[in-house]
Amino acid sequence: MKIEYYIVLSLALFCIGIAGVLTRRNAIIIFMCIELMLNAVNLLLVAFSKMHHVAEGAKNVAMAGIDGQLFVFFIMVVAAAEVSVGLAIIVMMYRNTHSVDVNFLNRLKH
Amino acid sequence: MSATVFLFYFLSVLALGSAIMVVVSRNPVHSVLWLIATFFAISGHYILMNAQFIGIVNLIVYAGAIMVLFLFVIMLMNMNADSEPKKNKWLKLAGVVSGGCLLLVMVAALKSAEVKGQLVQMKDGDIGLIANLGKALFTDFVVPFEIASVLFLSAMVGTVVIGKKGD
Repeated sequence: MKIEYYIVLSLALFCIGIAGVLTRRNAIIIFMCIELMLNAVNLLLVAFSKMHHVAEGAKNVAMAGIDGQLFVFFIMVVAAAEVSVGLAIIVMMYRNTHSVDVNFLNRLKH
Repeated sequence: MSATVFLFYFLSVLALGSAIMVVVSRNPVHSVLWLIATFFAISGHYILMNAQFIGIVNLIVYAGAIMVLFLFVIMLMNMNADSEPKKNKWLKLAGVVSGGCLLLVMVAALKSAEVKGQLVQMKDGDIGLIANLGKALFTDFVVPFEIASVLFLSAMVGTVVIGKKGD
């Protein structure tokens, strides 16, 4: 499978995420679209890691391309931490204003 | 058409279709369920590329833990399709057009990319196996790994502090 197919697939997923962030007003859905964008990047990193493994494998580099998959692992770690803090902020926001509409909160007070 | 190519197209269509459904669903619970379908499709892509560890971790961490957290918060707030605010349809159109323009520009930039035409290794190659990833993680990447544990601790403390009642 050529790398272009994976690049186009990841770009499409990323742009769907961007369109979601721009069009929706529910804070939780915006957060889910950010997760979608992170996953598009993860998919592309794994595809590039497998591409470099083939390209460098001819030069007898056994573990070429393994960095890409470890970066994906660390992105998942950061995403898990981000989700826990972000959802706590959204719950706190809901408790204060009884709404998760981001347009309602554009003044950053009340 | 070989089985790998067929699976690639099937999983791609599944991922893109459910990603679009995440954005257009009015009910937030349905959005979460479609996002889980997207994560399953992406995990299928990882397993197709023989990145077994990342595929399973994606299922456990994203489709398992993070999505349960989202569902829990949505059900805690008792949200449904009626609580979704009405929005100007021109603003929606502007959002979709700007997302589409970004896609267009980046796909057009791919035309003269250096990596064009290189092959991705499917279904063999052993860098995605847990033994090799673990060896690299605990030798070359051991400092970032330890820093990640500090990050988790601070996230945990931060969540408890933010979520505390009465301030």
